[in-house]
Amino acid sequence: MAKVKGAIVVNTEVCKGCEVCIPVCNENAIGMSQNVNRKGYHYAYMSNPEACNGCTNCAIVCPDRAITVYRVKVPTDSHQIQSHG
Amino acid sequence: MTDNALTYCPGCGHGTAHNITMEVLEELGIGDETIGVAPVGCSVFAYDFMNVDMTQAPHGRAPAVATGISRTWPDKYVFTYQGDGDLAAIGTAETIHACNRGENIVIIFVNNGIYGMTGGQMAPTTLEGMRTSTSPYGREIESMGSPIKMSELVAQLPGTYFVTRQSVHTHKNVRKAKKAIKKAFENTRLRKGLSFIEIVSNCNSGWKMTPNESNEWMEENMFPMFPLGDIKVNGKLKQAS
Repeated sequence: MAKVKGAIVVNTEVCKGCEVCIPVCNENAIGMSQNVNRKGYHYAYMSNPEACNGCTNCAIVCPDRAITVYRVKVPTDSHQIQSHG
Repeated sequence: MTDNALTYCPGCGHGTAHNITMEVLEELGIGDETIGVAPVGCSVFAYDFMNVDMTQAPHGRAPAVATGISRTWPDKYVFTYQGDGDLAAIGTAETIHACNRGENIVIIFVNNGIYGMTGGQMAPTTLEGMRTSTSPYGREIESMGSPIKMSELVAQLPGTYFVTRQSVHTHKNVRKAKKAIKKAFENTRLRKGLSFIEIVSNCNSGWKMTPNESNEWMEENMFPMFPLGDIKVNGKLKQAS
């Protein structure tokens, strides 16, 4: 079975720092940034990029549609990229 | 969804509920034939964010307005998106009679046990002992009555075809809620009657908690009172668990 690696991209200006994405991440890949966005919220970022498996749980629960998930299958030669956001 | 940034509080379940509703309409390809009715409350902002034809109804009157729309354009998909103060307090009569008539509409009912927009007053669905700005010592059953279980109430009426209670605080529940909303709009397509979807949600500002604390509090306190699951499927009541 091909291992799936994922990466999330957070729209930092839309993120309100509600932290709902953190408990649903089984891999503990998401953390809250020390920096703030223009509205003054600490935004989510990928604190542990190696752990993400692209399950899209964070994007599903995000109330503000701030998270986009990219997925890639690792062992195959032709990398197939899928997105969900 | 439109490109407008949601103006709800951080962590509010409304954003997720909006997202899954619009995703369902997109998946079914009926966005152009759908008319939404937003009443008063936090849910009134829905017309800013949902990229379908929307109208606004006076407080509690969304099922009545939706009835008129669906009778005028029987081919359209009509849904209302209401909160608990709106649907269970001010619009109880309209809701119950629309359900009793079995109008061909979808009612999405976001239940957070409080009047969120106006500053956290007590709603009919507020739990026993819950502190709000109008019940500062906690809700007393003796003087203020018990929380109303709207879904169980409308499930007794012959007009409702599909009644369910879902939540949107974890990915599993979001997927289930999305499936329920999809089923509701398919019922409208088949002209089966009224579908009623209750979404138990949090109101972290009103409950004075962080979003994650409020989700945990909801699991511990709201779900025993408002158990999740289907209550009436295909016009038949499920056995009480």
